[in-house]
Amino acid sequence: MESFVRRHPVWAAIIAAVLAVFLWLVFAPWSDGMEDLFGRKRIFLNAVFSGITLGALYFLVASGFTLIFGLMRNVNLAHGSLYLLGGYLGFEVAEATGWWLFSFLVVFIAIAALGIVLQWVVFRRMEGQDLRQTLVTIGLSVVLADLMLWIWGGGSYTILTPEWLSGPMELPIVTGFRSNGQAVFLKYPTVRIVILIAAIVLGLAMWLALNRTRIGMLIRAGVDDREMLAASGVRIQLVFAGVFAFGAGLAGVAGIVGGTFQSLFPGEDTRFLLASLVVVIVGGMGSIPGAALGAAIIGLAEQIGLVYAPTYSVVFTFLIMALVLAFRPQGLLGGGR
Amino acid sequence: MALAADGLQVAPTRVERIPAAYWVVGALLLIMPLLANDFVLFQVFGWTFIMGLIALSLMFLAGYGGMVSLIQMTVAGVAGYMTAILGSSGVEQISLGLPWYVYIPAAIAIATLFGTLVGALAVRTEGIYTIMITLAIGSAFYYFAKQNYGIFNGYTGFNLVVPPDLFGVDWRQPIAFYYLTLGCAVLGYLAVLYVARAPFGLALQGVRDNPRRMAALGFNVTAHRILAYSLASVLAAVGGILLVWQNAQISPGTVGIPVVIDVLVIAVVGGLRHPIGPFIGALIYVLLRTFTPDVLAAFGQSGERYKLLIGLGFLLVVFFSPDGVLGLWERWRARRRRDPLKGAAQ
Repeated sequence: MESFVRRHPVWAAIIAAVLAVFLWLVFAPWSDGMEDLFGRKRIFLNAVFSGITLGALYFLVASGFTLIFGLMRNVNLAHGSLYLLGGYLGFEVAEATGWWLFSFLVVFIAIAALGIVLQWVVFRRMEGQDLRQTLVTIGLSVVLADLMLWIWGGGSYTILTPEWLSGPMELPIVTGFRSNGQAVFLKYPTVRIVILIAAIVLGLAMWLALNRTRIGMLIRAGVDDREMLAASGVRIQLVFAGVFAFGAGLAGVAGIVGGTFQSLFPGEDTRFLLASLVVVIVGGMGSIPGAALGAAIIGLAEQIGLVYAPTYSVVFTFLIMALVLAFRPQGLLGGGR
Repeated sequence: MALAADGLQVAPTRVERIPAAYWVVGALLLIMPLLANDFVLFQVFGWTFIMGLIALSLMFLAGYGGMVSLIQMTVAGVAGYMTAILGSSGVEQISLGLPWYVYIPAAIAIATLFGTLVGALAVRTEGIYTIMITLAIGSAFYYFAKQNYGIFNGYTGFNLVVPPDLFGVDWRQPIAFYYLTLGCAVLGYLAVLYVARAPFGLALQGVRDNPRRMAALGFNVTAHRILAYSLASVLAAVGGILLVWQNAQISPGTVGIPVVIDVLVIAVVGGLRHPIGPFIGALIYVLLRTFTPDVLAAFGQSGERYKLLIGLGFLLVVFFSPDGVLGLWERWRARRRRDPLKGAAQ
């Protein structure tokens, strides 16, 4: 952070200014003139919060994707299918047991096991052949998508929010004032706030695990030079399988989250694959903080775009990606590999 | 490929060098309207040539340039959309209704420009990143076309997009359409063969094999790659225009992610080594798409499961023969040529 400010003072100042304006827009009450210009503050705030929670969901999906990519150079294009499969499984478990949290455990284990099988049976055989691995993941995504269509049909599923999480929650952010001068606070669904907090906690935990533990050290060493790591006696296949399992399990869990505050239907797999791709391209390939930053940017751009320019919102996402590719091809926080 | 013969008649020795298989296939393709019914001509062969042409553009990039680009179907889709928007369609409030000599070149030019721009972005990174970036841009275009009603007419897209009545021929008649697509496919095939042996193609293959050495030799690596994207985009654009004419409509589903992946499947299953590969892949794909629903239904299964078959077939090919059907064929020939006693090739 400090070194960044020292090296790029202009950029740091611009980013700080944008952040300050953004925070001011969120926290300060808007004057009438601004409301004329930008519409109601409540709408803006809702877009911002939906953007951030969507970003949290994107982060859950993309962090596994970027972790797998960073370590194994495997562009897992079946990642979206794992997301959708996790969501469907979570729906079944939650329906059968009526226990929302339990479904997270089951789905994480099931999808992680699937990930281990894939890594052990398929990808281990073609290590170092990036293109072939990617082609295999494409084939897998086609097969999985059709199998899921076979089993769950084309209908849309929504996982019921458990009672203790349903209903709105009042946030300490002023949206406007009533005629008697009383402040109106923003109301927002509790479940989304909980998911946002959970994603932040998870992100911090992953960052800590990567940077402060032994296994994290192994993974970082593998990202930099896996041959050297293997040569120094680490059983790298175990590390690979573990990371693949964790990334896959995360995608499955994200499926439950997505199924709870959105819905699950065929086609969601490619949507989330696209989201992970864009997030990872914008944030930087193989970087967890990059995935967090990219997810927040893309989530915000998508939701704010949807509110203020409904038929062009995808263009914003695309423009951000194109700009990043044009000026910083390795991604915002990507290393110079 | 009979047209190959016509074009090369300047030097008789070259005509003699054309393998016999080419004459046979060429003659068969020319007299196909006598052998096949309208459905086969229009639906099977027309579609094969179109998908083959689009997959050929991918094969050109991947085989000669080493860049696996998933944008080719989207480039074709852009050309198709431009045909519908600039030409005439059932959606009169959007379509401009320009004459054919304006909208066909314009559609190809716009699609080529689009493909070149995407290429310029994609060549900034290498290898598998190209797949990621082109797939992301391709699906962004799909969602954009689906969302945008002002230009792309959203979810419904455009219908009643038909070819112009040139020379008094209705080009959507099966026989006319067959020869139209055959002609385009053969021209595209010959163009790729020609470019592959031209100085540009050779330099491109050099860039594929060793970009650093080519850069050291004074070749502009980035420019070669971007130009390869432009050339491939022209092929894909022609395929896209033919596709919109064949279906008489275009909608976001035409450029959806499943189709984008199908083009890759076609190119890989056919083989990325030789320009004939995509057409073989396309024929296999079209036959599977057209006839498996009936076969599956005969076995009491839902006809929808053809995707599963295509996916499994693709997985098998990637697993056992990374060079696709062409690779299988070459391996079989090499084995047949081997002397059973000495073990070495004769």
